[in-house]
Amino acid sequence: MRKGTLRQILLITDGCSNHGEDPVAIAALAKEKGITVNVIGILSRNEAYGEHGLKEVEDIAMSGGGISQIVYANQLAQTVKMVTQKAMTQTIHGMINKELTHILGEGQQMEDLPPEKRGQVMEVVDEFGEMVDLEVLILVDISASMDDKLPTVQESLIDLSISLNSRTGNNLFAIYAFPGKRQPIDRLIDWDPQLDSLVKTFKKISTGGITPTGPALREALELFSEKRSKQELLGGDDEYIEESGS
Amino acid sequence: MNTSKNPEANITPGSIILGKWSQNQYTILRELGSGATGTVYLARGNGTKVALKVSSDSLSITSEVNVLKYLSKVQGKKLGPSFIEMDDWVHTGRSIPFYVMEYVQGDTLFSFMKQRKDEWFGIILIQLLGDLHDLHNAGWVFGDLKPDNLLISGPPPKIRWLDVGGTTMVGRAIKEYTEFFDRGFWGLGSRRAEPSYDLFAVAMIIINFAYPSRFEKKEGGWEQLKRYIDKERWLRKYSRFLDKAINGQYQSALEMKQDLLSYYSKKTSPTIHKRTKSISYHKKPNPQMRYQKKKVQKRRGYLETILIVLIMFAFYVIYLIGHM
Ligand SMILES: Nc1ncnc2c1ncn2[C@@H]1O[C@H](COP(=O)(O)OP(=O)(O)O)[C@@H](O)[C@H]1O
Repeated sequence: MRKGTLRQILLITDGCSNHGEDPVAIAALAKEKGITVNVIGILSRNEAYGEHGLKEVEDIAMSGGGISQIVYANQLAQTVKMVTQKAMTQTIHGMINKELTHILGEGQQMEDLPPEKRGQVMEVVDEFGEMVDLEVLILVDISASMDDKLPTVQESLIDLSISLNSRTGNNLFAIYAFPGKRQPIDRLIDWDPQLDSLVKTFKKISTGGITPTGPALREALELFSEKRSKQELLGGDDEYIEESGS
Repeated sequence: MNTSKNPEANITPGSIILGKWSQNQYTILRELGSGATGTVYLARGNGTKVALKVSSDSLSITSEVNVLKYLSKVQGKKLGPSFIEMDDWVHTGRSIPFYVMEYVQGDTLFSFMKQRKDEWFGIILIQLLGDLHDLHNAGWVFGDLKPDNLLISGPPPKIRWLDVGGTTMVGRAIKEYTEFFDRGFWGLGSRRAEPSYDLFAVAMIIINFAYPSRFEKKEGGWEQLKRYIDKERWLRKYSRFLDKAINGQYQSALEMKQDLLSYYSKKTSPTIHKRTKSISYHKKPNPQMRYQKKKVQKRRGYLETILIVLIMFAFYVIYLIGHM
Protein backbone atom coordinates (compact mmCIF):
# COMPACT_ATOMS: atom_id res chain seq x y z
CA MET A 1 0.00 0.00 0.00
CA ARG A 2 1.28 3.44 -0.87
CA LYS A 3 2.35 5.86 1.77
CA GLY A 4 -0.05 8.76 1.70
CA THR A 5 -1.25 11.69 3.73
CA LEU A 6 -4.11 11.65 6.19
CA ARG A 7 -5.96 14.89 6.60
CA GLN A 8 -7.90 15.90 9.67
CA ILE A 9 -9.65 18.89 11.10
CA LEU A 10 -9.72 19.01 14.89
CA LEU A 11 -12.40 21.34 16.17
CA ILE A 12 -12.15 22.44 19.79
CA THR A 13 -15.21 24.23 21.09
CA ASP A 14 -17.32 24.68 24.20
CA GLY A 15 -20.67 25.40 22.75
CA CYS A 16 -23.19 25.46 20.02
CA SER A 17 -22.85 27.27 16.76
CA ASN A 18 -25.25 30.15 16.47
CA HIS A 19 -24.30 31.79 13.24
CA GLY A 20 -24.16 30.91 9.55
CA GLU A 21 -24.43 27.58 7.80
CA ASP A 22 -24.98 24.25 9.51
CA PRO A 23 -21.64 22.82 10.66
CA VAL A 24 -23.01 19.27 10.40
CA ALA A 25 -23.55 19.79 6.68
CA ILE A 26 -20.08 21.25 6.17
CA ALA A 27 -18.59 18.29 8.03
CA ALA A 28 -20.34 15.93 5.62
CA LEU A 29 -18.78 17.90 2.79
CA ALA A 30 -15.36 17.53 4.40
CA LYS A 31 -15.81 13.78 4.61
CA GLU A 32 -16.60 13.67 0.92
CA LYS A 33 -13.34 15.47 0.27
CA GLY A 34 -11.40 12.92 2.28
CA ILE A 35 -10.93 15.11 5.33
CA THR A 36 -11.93 13.68 8.69
CA VAL A 37 -13.55 16.05 11.16
CA ASN A 38 -12.95 15.35 14.85
CA VAL A 39 -14.55 17.41 17.57
CA ILE A 40 -13.72 17.98 21.22
CA GLY A 41 -16.34 19.66 23.36
CA ILE A 42 -15.06 21.30 26.53
CA LEU A 43 -17.21 21.48 29.63
CA SER A 44 -16.85 24.13 32.28
CA ARG A 45 -15.91 23.00 35.75
CA ASN A 46 -19.45 23.16 37.14
CA GLU A 47 -21.14 21.71 34.09
CA ALA A 48 -22.39 18.12 34.06
CA TYR A 49 -22.15 15.80 31.09
CA GLY A 50 -25.24 15.99 28.98
CA GLU A 51 -26.40 19.19 30.61
CA HIS A 52 -24.82 21.23 27.90
CA GLY A 53 -26.03 21.52 24.36
CA LEU A 54 -23.05 19.56 23.15
CA LYS A 55 -25.05 17.15 21.03
CA GLU A 56 -23.88 19.17 18.07
CA VAL A 57 -20.34 18.06 18.89
CA GLU A 58 -21.32 14.44 18.25
CA ASP A 59 -23.32 15.26 15.17
CA ILE A 60 -20.49 17.16 13.53
CA ALA A 61 -17.98 14.36 14.15
CA MET A 62 -20.38 11.68 13.02
CA SER A 63 -21.10 13.38 9.76
CA GLY A 64 -17.42 14.25 9.34
CA GLY A 65 -16.40 10.60 9.69
CA GLY A 66 -14.44 11.39 12.82
CA ILE A 67 -14.49 11.00 16.57
CA SER A 68 -15.96 13.21 19.22
CA GLN A 69 -15.32 13.46 22.90
CA ILE A 70 -16.72 15.72 25.58
CA VAL A 71 -14.33 16.51 28.43
CA TYR A 72 -13.49 18.84 31.25
CA ALA A 73 -10.59 21.16 30.53
CA ASN A 74 -8.19 19.26 32.81
CA GLN A 75 -8.50 16.09 30.71
CA LEU A 76 -7.89 17.94 27.51
CA ALA A 77 -4.28 16.92 26.80
CA GLN A 78 -5.02 13.21 26.85
CA THR A 79 -8.20 13.66 24.90
CA VAL A 80 -6.70 15.73 22.10
CA LYS A 81 -4.14 13.02 21.52
CA MET A 82 -6.51 10.12 21.91
CA VAL A 83 -9.02 11.61 19.49
CA THR A 84 -6.39 12.44 16.86
CA GLN A 85 -4.70 9.06 17.06
CA LYS A 86 -7.90 7.05 17.22
CA ALA A 87 -9.23 8.89 14.21
CA MET A 88 -6.03 8.10 12.35
CA THR A 89 -6.26 4.41 13.15
CA GLN A 90 -9.93 4.41 12.29
CA THR A 91 -9.31 6.00 8.92
CA ILE A 92 -6.54 3.56 8.13
CA HIS A 93 -8.70 0.70 9.31
CA GLY A 94 -11.50 1.92 7.05
CA MET A 95 -9.14 2.01 4.10
CA ILE A 96 -7.81 -1.43 4.82
CA ASN A 97 -11.31 -2.83 5.18
CA LYS A 98 -12.02 -1.43 1.75
CA GLU A 99 -9.00 -3.20 0.34
CA LEU A 100 -10.12 -6.38 2.08
CA THR A 101 -13.49 -6.11 0.42
CA HIS A 102 -11.67 -6.02 -2.90
CA ILE A 103 -9.71 -9.13 -2.02
CA LEU A 104 -12.22 -11.15 -0.05
CA GLY A 105 -15.49 -10.03 -1.54
CA GLU A 106 -18.43 -7.93 -0.53
CA GLY A 107 -19.15 -7.51 3.17
CA GLN A 108 -15.83 -8.96 4.33
CA GLN A 109 -14.24 -6.93 7.11
CA MET A 110 -11.23 -7.41 9.28
CA GLU A 111 -13.55 -8.54 12.08
CA ASP A 112 -14.73 -11.45 9.94
CA LEU A 113 -11.26 -12.89 9.59
CA PRO A 114 -10.01 -15.63 11.92
CA PRO A 115 -7.92 -14.21 14.77
CA GLU A 116 -4.49 -15.09 13.29
CA LYS A 117 -5.22 -13.36 9.99
CA ARG A 118 -6.63 -10.40 11.88
CA GLY A 119 -3.31 -10.05 13.68
CA GLN A 120 -1.48 -9.81 10.38
CA VAL A 121 -3.85 -7.15 9.10
CA MET A 122 -3.43 -5.22 12.34
CA GLU A 123 0.32 -5.17 11.87
CA VAL A 124 -0.25 -3.38 8.60
CA VAL A 125 -2.62 -0.92 10.30
CA ASP A 126 -0.06 -0.22 13.03
CA GLU A 127 2.76 0.19 10.60
CA PHE A 128 0.74 2.48 8.41
CA GLY A 129 -0.16 4.64 11.41
CA GLU A 130 3.52 4.97 12.19
CA MET A 131 4.64 5.84 8.67
CA VAL A 132 1.81 7.86 7.16
CA ASP A 133 2.11 11.62 6.81
CA LEU A 134 -0.45 13.63 8.69
CA GLU A 135 -1.94 17.07 8.23
CA VAL A 136 -3.99 18.40 11.11
CA LEU A 137 -5.80 21.68 10.95
CA ILE A 138 -6.78 22.70 14.45
CA LEU A 139 -9.74 24.99 14.70
CA VAL A 140 -10.11 26.61 18.11
CA ASP A 141 -13.24 28.35 19.32
CA ILE A 142 -12.12 31.59 20.99
CA SER A 143 -15.52 32.98 21.87
CA ALA A 144 -15.81 34.66 25.26
CA SER A 145 -16.65 31.55 27.29
CA MET A 146 -13.47 29.82 26.11
CA ASP A 147 -11.24 32.46 27.64
CA ASP A 148 -10.11 30.58 30.76
CA LYS A 149 -9.69 27.30 28.84
CA LEU A 150 -7.25 28.57 26.27
CA PRO A 151 -4.04 28.03 28.28
CA THR A 152 -5.03 24.37 28.64
CA VAL A 153 -5.85 24.13 24.94
CA GLN A 154 -2.41 25.50 24.20
CA GLU A 155 -0.68 22.98 26.45
CA SER A 156 -2.65 20.12 24.94
CA LEU A 157 -1.63 21.09 21.45
CA ILE A 158 2.05 21.21 22.34
CA ASP A 159 1.62 17.79 23.89
CA LEU A 160 -0.06 16.52 20.74
CA SER A 161 2.89 17.68 18.73
CA ILE A 162 5.30 15.77 21.01
CA SER A 163 3.31 12.59 20.43
CA LEU A 164 2.86 12.90 16.71
CA ASN A 165 6.44 13.99 16.14
CA SER A 166 7.63 10.80 17.83
CA ARG A 167 6.25 8.95 14.81
CA THR A 168 8.28 8.15 11.73
CA GLY A 169 5.82 9.87 9.35
CA ASN A 170 5.85 13.61 8.80
CA ASN A 171 3.36 16.00 10.31
CA LEU A 172 2.06 19.40 9.43
CA PHE A 173 -0.06 21.41 11.82
CA ALA A 174 -1.99 24.59 11.25
CA ILE A 175 -3.94 26.45 13.89
CA TYR A 176 -6.82 28.75 13.19
CA ALA A 177 -9.12 30.51 15.60
CA PHE A 178 -12.75 31.50 15.17
CA PRO A 179 -14.55 33.83 15.13
CA GLY A 180 -11.90 35.93 13.42
CA LYS A 181 -11.59 39.68 13.62
CA ARG A 182 -12.86 40.37 10.12
CA GLN A 183 -13.15 36.99 8.40
CA PRO A 184 -14.66 33.75 9.77
CA ILE A 185 -11.31 32.42 10.96
CA ASP A 186 -7.94 33.94 11.82
CA ARG A 187 -4.66 32.25 11.20
CA LEU A 188 -2.51 31.66 14.26
CA ILE A 189 0.01 29.24 12.78
CA ASP A 190 0.35 28.21 9.17
CA TRP A 191 1.40 24.69 8.17
CA ASP A 192 4.34 23.88 10.38
CA PRO A 193 5.86 20.61 11.57
CA GLN A 194 6.21 21.88 15.15
CA LEU A 195 3.77 23.52 17.48
CA ASP A 196 6.40 25.07 19.75
CA SER A 197 5.86 28.42 18.12
CA LEU A 198 2.41 28.32 19.66
CA VAL A 199 3.46 29.83 22.95
CA LYS A 200 2.44 33.39 22.28
CA THR A 201 -0.30 32.93 19.76
CA PHE A 202 -3.30 32.65 22.02
CA LYS A 203 -2.56 35.87 23.87
CA LYS A 204 -4.17 38.28 21.48
CA ILE A 205 -7.66 36.99 21.31
CA SER A 206 -10.86 38.69 20.37
CA THR A 207 -13.85 37.61 22.30
CA GLY A 208 -17.25 38.11 20.80
CA GLY A 209 -20.68 36.63 21.32
CA ILE A 210 -21.09 34.67 18.12
CA THR A 211 -19.94 31.15 17.36
CA PRO A 212 -19.91 30.69 13.58
CA THR A 213 -18.81 27.04 13.59
CA GLY A 214 -20.22 26.28 10.13
CA PRO A 215 -18.50 29.12 8.28
CA ALA A 216 -15.28 28.37 10.17
CA LEU A 217 -15.33 24.76 9.02
CA ARG A 218 -15.94 25.83 5.45
CA GLU A 219 -12.92 28.14 5.54
CA ALA A 220 -10.84 25.33 6.99
CA LEU A 221 -11.78 23.12 4.05
CA GLU A 222 -10.68 25.84 1.69
CA LEU A 223 -7.29 25.92 3.37
CA PHE A 224 -6.73 22.25 2.56
CA SER A 225 -7.65 22.80 -1.07
CA GLU A 226 -5.39 25.84 -1.36
CA LYS A 227 -2.53 23.96 0.13
CA ARG A 228 -3.10 21.10 -2.21
CA SER A 229 -3.23 23.16 -5.37
CA LYS A 230 -0.12 25.03 -4.30
CA GLN A 231 1.64 21.72 -3.95
CA GLU A 232 0.45 20.59 -7.32
CA LEU A 233 1.77 23.82 -8.84
CA LEU A 234 5.12 23.15 -7.27
CA GLY A 235 5.00 19.68 -8.75
CA GLY A 236 4.81 18.01 -5.37
CA ASP A 237 4.29 14.30 -5.72
CA ASP A 238 2.44 14.06 -2.47
CA GLU A 239 -0.39 11.62 -2.95
CA TYR A 240 -3.55 12.15 -0.98
CA ILE A 241 -5.72 9.48 0.40
CA GLU A 242 -9.29 10.07 -0.51
CA GLU A 243 -10.96 7.32 1.40
CA SER A 244 -12.17 7.95 4.87
CA GLY A 245 -13.03 5.73 7.78
CA SER A 246 -16.38 4.25 8.56
CA MET B 1 -18.00 4.97 16.36
CA ASN B 2 -19.02 3.28 19.53
CA THR B 3 -18.04 5.57 22.36
CA SER B 4 -19.79 3.79 25.21
CA LYS B 5 -16.99 2.56 27.41
CA ASN B 6 -18.37 -0.63 28.82
CA PRO B 7 -20.49 -2.59 26.38
CA GLU B 8 -19.15 -5.78 27.93
CA ALA B 9 -20.26 -4.76 31.42
CA ASN B 10 -23.00 -7.36 31.70
CA ILE B 11 -20.54 -10.21 32.08
CA THR B 12 -21.16 -11.57 35.57
CA PRO B 13 -19.54 -14.37 37.57
CA GLY B 14 -20.81 -17.65 36.19
CA SER B 15 -21.18 -16.36 32.64
CA ILE B 16 -19.85 -18.71 30.03
CA ILE B 17 -17.76 -17.31 27.20
CA LEU B 18 -17.68 -19.54 24.17
CA GLY B 19 -15.07 -19.00 21.48
CA LYS B 20 -16.59 -18.91 18.02
CA TRP B 21 -13.48 -20.23 16.26
CA SER B 22 -11.98 -22.67 18.73
CA GLN B 23 -15.21 -23.65 20.50
CA ASN B 24 -13.26 -23.42 23.75
CA GLN B 25 -15.29 -22.47 26.77
CA TYR B 26 -14.45 -20.25 29.73
CA THR B 27 -16.39 -19.68 32.94
CA ILE B 28 -16.07 -16.20 34.42
CA LEU B 29 -15.07 -16.22 38.09
CA ARG B 30 -14.71 -12.52 38.81
CA GLU B 31 -13.52 -9.21 37.43
CA LEU B 32 -9.83 -8.43 37.89
CA GLY B 33 -9.86 -4.89 36.68
CA SER B 34 -10.69 -2.66 33.82
CA GLY B 35 -8.87 0.05 31.95
CA ALA B 36 -8.98 2.20 28.88
CA THR B 37 -9.23 -0.64 26.40
CA GLY B 38 -11.36 -3.23 28.12
CA THR B 39 -12.06 -5.41 31.12
CA VAL B 40 -9.99 -8.29 32.42
CA TYR B 41 -11.68 -11.25 34.16
CA LEU B 42 -10.45 -14.20 36.10
CA ALA B 43 -11.89 -17.25 34.36
CA ARG B 44 -11.65 -21.00 34.37
CA GLY B 45 -11.03 -22.92 31.19
CA ASN B 46 -9.89 -26.51 30.84
CA GLY B 47 -9.57 -26.76 34.57
CA THR B 48 -7.06 -23.95 34.95
CA LYS B 49 -7.38 -20.35 35.99
CA VAL B 50 -6.73 -17.84 33.25
CA ALA B 51 -7.08 -14.11 32.71
CA LEU B 52 -9.51 -13.19 29.97
CA LYS B 53 -9.65 -9.73 28.43
CA VAL B 54 -12.81 -8.57 26.70
CA SER B 55 -13.00 -5.40 24.69
CA SER B 56 -15.24 -3.84 22.11
CA ASP B 57 -12.22 -2.20 20.52
CA SER B 58 -11.12 -4.97 18.20
CA LEU B 59 -8.23 -2.90 16.86
CA SER B 60 -6.38 -2.31 20.10
CA ILE B 61 -7.12 -5.80 21.38
CA THR B 62 -5.65 -7.30 18.21
CA SER B 63 -2.64 -5.07 18.56
CA GLU B 64 -2.11 -6.26 22.14
CA VAL B 65 -2.36 -9.88 21.05
CA ASN B 66 0.33 -9.27 18.45
CA VAL B 67 2.63 -7.97 21.18
CA LEU B 68 1.89 -10.89 23.52
CA LYS B 69 2.61 -13.34 20.72
CA TYR B 70 5.94 -11.69 19.94
CA LEU B 71 6.90 -11.68 23.59
CA SER B 72 6.15 -15.37 23.99
CA LYS B 73 8.60 -16.04 21.17
CA VAL B 74 11.43 -14.58 23.23
CA GLN B 75 13.16 -17.77 24.25
CA GLY B 76 13.49 -18.81 27.83
CA LYS B 77 12.10 -15.60 29.29
CA LYS B 78 8.73 -14.76 30.64
CA LEU B 79 8.20 -11.22 29.47
CA GLY B 80 4.59 -10.39 30.17
CA PRO B 81 1.78 -12.88 30.79
CA SER B 82 1.98 -15.79 28.36
CA PHE B 83 -0.56 -15.73 25.59
CA ILE B 84 -3.09 -18.53 25.29
CA GLU B 85 -5.53 -17.67 22.52
CA MET B 86 -7.71 -15.07 20.89
CA ASP B 87 -11.28 -15.62 19.80
CA ASP B 88 -14.69 -14.02 19.34
CA TRP B 89 -17.67 -14.49 21.56
CA VAL B 90 -21.05 -14.21 19.87
CA HIS B 91 -23.36 -12.62 22.35
CA THR B 92 -26.76 -11.02 21.76
CA GLY B 93 -26.09 -11.01 18.04
CA ARG B 94 -22.75 -9.24 18.33
CA SER B 95 -19.30 -10.64 17.92
CA ILE B 96 -17.16 -9.56 20.87
CA PRO B 97 -13.39 -10.13 20.59
CA PHE B 98 -11.53 -11.46 23.60
CA TYR B 99 -8.19 -13.02 24.40
CA VAL B 100 -6.95 -15.42 27.03
CA MET B 101 -3.64 -15.21 28.84
CA GLU B 102 -1.85 -16.56 31.86
CA TYR B 103 -3.33 -15.42 35.15
CA VAL B 104 -0.59 -13.65 37.07
CA GLN B 105 -1.20 -13.84 40.78
CA GLY B 106 0.50 -11.46 43.11
CA ASP B 107 0.65 -8.25 45.04
CA THR B 108 1.05 -4.83 43.54
CA LEU B 109 4.52 -3.42 44.01
CA PHE B 110 3.53 -0.97 46.72
CA SER B 111 1.45 -3.35 48.78
CA PHE B 112 4.24 -5.92 48.56
CA MET B 113 6.64 -3.32 49.94
CA LYS B 114 4.35 -2.57 52.86
CA GLN B 115 5.24 -5.90 54.38
CA ARG B 116 8.90 -5.86 53.44
CA LYS B 117 12.12 -4.18 54.32
CA ASP B 118 13.53 -1.49 52.13
CA GLU B 119 16.15 -3.77 50.56
CA TRP B 120 13.42 -5.55 48.68
CA PHE B 121 12.71 -2.42 46.74
CA GLY B 122 16.23 -2.53 45.38
CA ILE B 123 15.95 -6.19 44.52
CA ILE B 124 12.68 -5.69 42.69
CA LEU B 125 14.15 -2.76 40.75
CA ILE B 126 17.13 -4.87 39.75
CA GLN B 127 14.79 -7.63 38.57
CA LEU B 128 12.72 -5.13 36.65
CA LEU B 129 15.78 -3.68 34.92
CA GLY B 130 16.96 -7.16 33.98
CA ASP B 131 13.60 -7.95 32.39
CA LEU B 132 13.54 -4.60 30.62
CA HIS B 133 16.97 -5.27 29.20
CA ASP B 134 15.71 -8.55 27.71
CA LEU B 135 12.63 -6.83 26.36
CA HIS B 136 14.71 -4.07 24.75
CA ASN B 137 17.04 -6.63 23.24
CA ALA B 138 14.02 -8.33 21.70
CA GLY B 139 13.19 -5.02 20.00
CA TRP B 140 10.41 -3.73 22.23
CA VAL B 141 9.87 -0.92 24.71
CA PHE B 142 7.32 -1.46 27.48
CA GLY B 143 5.82 2.03 27.27
CA ASP B 144 3.17 2.23 29.96
CA LEU B 145 5.41 1.32 32.88
CA LYS B 146 3.86 2.18 36.25
CA PRO B 147 3.21 0.55 39.63
CA ASP B 148 -0.34 -0.52 38.64
CA ASN B 149 1.11 -2.62 35.85
CA LEU B 150 3.63 -4.41 38.06
CA LEU B 151 2.80 -7.43 40.17
CA ILE B 152 5.07 -9.32 42.51
CA SER B 153 4.38 -13.02 42.15
CA GLY B 154 5.98 -15.84 44.02
CA PRO B 155 7.38 -17.05 46.30
CA PRO B 156 10.16 -16.47 45.63
CA PRO B 157 9.18 -12.88 44.91
CA LYS B 158 9.51 -12.13 41.25
CA ILE B 159 8.35 -9.05 39.40
CA ARG B 160 5.90 -9.57 36.55
CA TRP B 161 4.30 -6.99 34.34
CA LEU B 162 0.80 -6.75 32.98
CA ASP B 163 -0.91 -4.71 30.33
CA VAL B 164 1.16 -4.66 27.18
CA GLY B 165 -1.17 -2.02 25.71
CA GLY B 166 1.72 0.43 25.62
CA THR B 167 4.37 -2.00 24.42
CA THR B 168 5.82 -0.61 21.23
CA MET B 169 8.40 -1.70 18.68
CA VAL B 170 11.68 0.16 19.16
CA GLY B 171 11.77 3.30 17.03
CA ARG B 172 8.01 3.85 16.79
CA ALA B 173 5.81 6.23 18.74
CA ILE B 174 4.80 4.94 22.20
CA LYS B 175 1.26 3.58 21.94
CA GLU B 176 -0.03 4.21 25.45
CA TYR B 177 1.39 5.83 28.56
CA THR B 178 0.46 7.45 31.85
CA GLU B 179 1.36 11.10 32.25
CA PHE B 180 3.24 10.96 35.54
CA PHE B 181 5.60 8.30 34.13
CA ASP B 182 5.94 9.84 30.67
CA ARG B 183 9.02 11.89 29.86
CA GLY B 184 7.11 13.81 27.16
CA PHE B 185 4.68 15.06 29.78
CA TRP B 186 7.52 16.44 31.92
CA GLY B 187 9.13 18.07 28.89
CA LEU B 188 12.13 15.74 29.16
CA GLY B 189 12.11 13.98 25.84
CA SER B 190 10.17 12.50 22.98
CA ARG B 191 7.68 9.66 22.93
CA ARG B 192 9.79 7.61 20.58
CA ALA B 193 10.18 4.05 21.81
CA GLU B 194 13.78 3.65 22.97
CA PRO B 195 15.24 2.01 26.09
CA SER B 196 15.71 5.37 27.80
CA TYR B 197 11.94 5.92 27.62
CA ASP B 198 11.37 2.97 29.96
CA LEU B 199 14.26 3.96 32.22
CA PHE B 200 12.68 7.35 32.75
CA ALA B 201 9.52 5.56 33.89
CA VAL B 202 11.57 3.40 36.27
CA ALA B 203 12.91 6.59 37.85
CA MET B 204 9.38 7.91 38.22
CA ILE B 205 8.29 4.66 39.89
CA ILE B 206 11.00 5.25 42.49
CA ILE B 207 9.79 8.81 42.96
CA ASN B 208 6.18 7.63 43.15
CA PHE B 209 7.20 5.29 45.97
CA ALA B 210 8.27 8.28 48.03
CA TYR B 211 5.25 10.32 46.94
CA PRO B 212 2.39 7.79 46.96
CA SER B 213 -0.18 10.33 45.86
CA ARG B 214 2.22 11.64 43.18
CA PHE B 215 2.30 15.38 42.50
CA GLU B 216 1.13 17.90 39.96
CA LYS B 217 3.25 19.22 37.17
CA LYS B 218 4.26 22.80 37.84
CA GLU B 219 7.02 24.17 35.65
CA GLY B 220 7.98 20.61 34.71
CA GLY B 221 11.45 19.67 33.57
CA TRP B 222 14.41 18.42 35.59
CA GLU B 223 14.19 21.49 37.83
CA GLN B 224 10.90 20.45 39.34
CA LEU B 225 11.70 16.76 39.65
CA LYS B 226 15.04 17.56 41.27
CA ARG B 227 13.29 19.72 43.82
CA TYR B 228 10.96 16.87 44.76
CA ILE B 229 13.83 14.42 44.96
CA ASP B 230 15.78 16.69 47.28
CA LYS B 231 12.78 17.28 49.49
CA GLU B 232 12.30 13.63 50.40
CA ARG B 233 15.09 12.16 52.49
CA TRP B 234 14.50 8.60 51.42
CA LEU B 235 14.86 9.57 47.78
CA ARG B 236 18.16 11.36 48.11
CA LYS B 237 20.15 8.16 48.19
CA TYR B 238 18.79 7.38 44.75
CA SER B 239 19.42 10.84 43.38
CA ARG B 240 22.46 9.82 41.34
CA PHE B 241 20.51 7.06 39.56
CA LEU B 242 17.45 9.23 39.19
CA ASP B 243 19.47 12.03 37.63
CA LYS B 244 20.94 9.68 35.05
CA ALA B 245 17.70 7.85 34.27
CA ILE B 246 15.63 11.00 34.02
CA ASN B 247 18.12 12.80 31.86
CA GLY B 248 18.61 9.89 29.48
CA GLN B 249 22.20 9.16 30.46
CA TYR B 250 21.87 5.42 30.70
CA GLN B 251 22.45 3.72 27.37
CA SER B 252 20.69 0.56 28.44
CA ALA B 253 18.69 -1.02 31.23
CA LEU B 254 21.70 -3.22 31.91
CA GLU B 255 23.84 -0.19 32.67
CA MET B 256 21.33 1.11 35.19
CA LYS B 257 20.96 -2.35 36.67
CA GLN B 258 24.69 -2.71 37.18
CA ASP B 259 24.85 0.74 38.71
CA LEU B 260 22.19 -0.21 41.26
CA LEU B 261 23.70 -3.61 41.81
CA SER B 262 27.08 -2.23 42.77
CA TYR B 263 25.45 0.35 45.01
CA TYR B 264 23.51 -2.32 46.90
CA SER B 265 26.43 -4.71 47.04
CA LYS B 266 28.59 -2.12 48.72
CA LYS B 267 26.01 -1.53 51.38
CA THR B 268 26.70 -4.68 53.32
CA SER B 269 27.32 -2.84 56.60
CA PRO B 270 24.47 -2.30 59.07
CA THR B 271 24.00 1.19 57.63
CA ILE B 272 21.24 -0.48 55.64
CA HIS B 273 18.97 0.10 58.56
CA LYS B 274 19.99 3.64 59.29
CA ARG B 275 16.92 4.75 57.45
CA THR B 276 14.41 5.96 59.97
CA LYS B 277 10.76 5.17 59.92
CA SER B 278 9.87 8.71 59.01
CA ILE B 279 9.16 7.87 55.43
CA SER B 280 5.88 9.18 54.26
CA TYR B 281 4.78 6.09 52.38
CA HIS B 282 4.08 4.27 55.58
CA LYS B 283 1.60 6.89 56.65
CA LYS B 284 -0.03 7.97 53.45
CA PRO B 285 -1.71 5.01 51.88
CA ASN B 286 -1.72 5.10 48.13
CA PRO B 287 -5.27 5.61 46.90
CA GLN B 288 -4.33 3.85 43.66
CA MET B 289 -3.59 0.61 45.38
CA ARG B 290 -5.97 -2.16 44.58
CA TYR B 291 -5.25 -4.93 46.96
CA GLN B 292 -4.44 -3.38 50.27
CA LYS B 293 -3.45 -5.86 52.88
CA LYS B 294 -4.44 -5.11 56.40
CA LYS B 295 -1.64 -7.23 57.72
CA VAL B 296 0.17 -5.70 60.63
CA GLN B 297 3.87 -5.71 60.27
CA LYS B 298 5.42 -7.91 62.85
CA ARG B 299 8.39 -6.53 64.67
CA ARG B 300 11.17 -8.96 65.21
CA GLY B 301 14.46 -8.48 66.88
CA TYR B 302 16.67 -5.98 65.19
CA LEU B 303 19.65 -8.28 64.85
CA GLU B 304 17.66 -11.19 63.59
CA THR B 305 16.19 -9.11 60.80
CA ILE B 306 19.54 -7.83 59.69
CA LEU B 307 20.90 -11.31 59.56
CA ILE B 308 18.06 -12.70 57.55
CA VAL B 309 18.07 -9.82 55.13
CA LEU B 310 21.80 -9.94 54.64
CA ILE B 311 21.85 -13.65 54.01
CA MET B 312 18.96 -13.44 51.61
CA PHE B 313 20.54 -10.57 49.83
CA ALA B 314 23.88 -12.29 49.50
CA PHE B 315 22.12 -15.28 47.95
CA TYR B 316 20.25 -13.06 45.64
CA VAL B 317 23.35 -11.27 44.42
CA ILE B 318 25.02 -14.60 43.77
CA TYR B 319 21.91 -15.70 41.91
CA LEU B 320 21.88 -12.55 39.81
CA ILE B 321 25.54 -12.77 38.95
CA GLY B 322 25.01 -16.37 37.94
CA HIS B 323 22.34 -15.23 35.49
CA MET B 324 24.10 -12.27 33.94
N1 LIG C 1 -2.74 -11.54 33.18
C1 LIG C 1 -3.30 -10.94 34.25
N2 LIG C 1 -3.31 -11.56 35.45
C2 LIG C 1 -3.86 -10.96 36.53
N3 LIG C 1 -4.46 -9.75 36.52
C3 LIG C 1 -4.50 -9.07 35.35
C4 LIG C 1 -3.93 -9.64 34.16
N4 LIG C 1 -4.11 -8.75 33.17
C5 LIG C 1 -4.76 -7.70 33.70
N5 LIG C 1 -5.01 -7.87 35.02
C6 LIG C 1 -5.72 -6.92 35.91
O1 LIG C 1 -6.66 -6.18 35.19
C7 LIG C 1 -6.40 -4.80 35.25
C8 LIG C 1 -6.75 -4.11 33.94
O2 LIG C 1 -6.07 -4.70 32.87
P1 LIG C 1 -5.29 -3.87 31.80
O3 LIG C 1 -4.69 -4.82 30.84
O4 LIG C 1 -4.41 -2.91 32.53
O5 LIG C 1 -6.45 -3.08 31.07
P2 LIG C 1 -6.25 -1.77 30.20
O6 LIG C 1 -5.18 -2.07 29.20
O7 LIG C 1 -7.60 -1.62 29.57
O8 LIG C 1 -5.89 -0.69 31.15
C9 LIG C 1 -4.94 -4.71 35.61
O9 LIG C 1 -4.60 -3.54 36.28
C10 LIG C 1 -4.77 -5.92 36.50
O10 LIG C 1 -5.17 -5.63 37.82
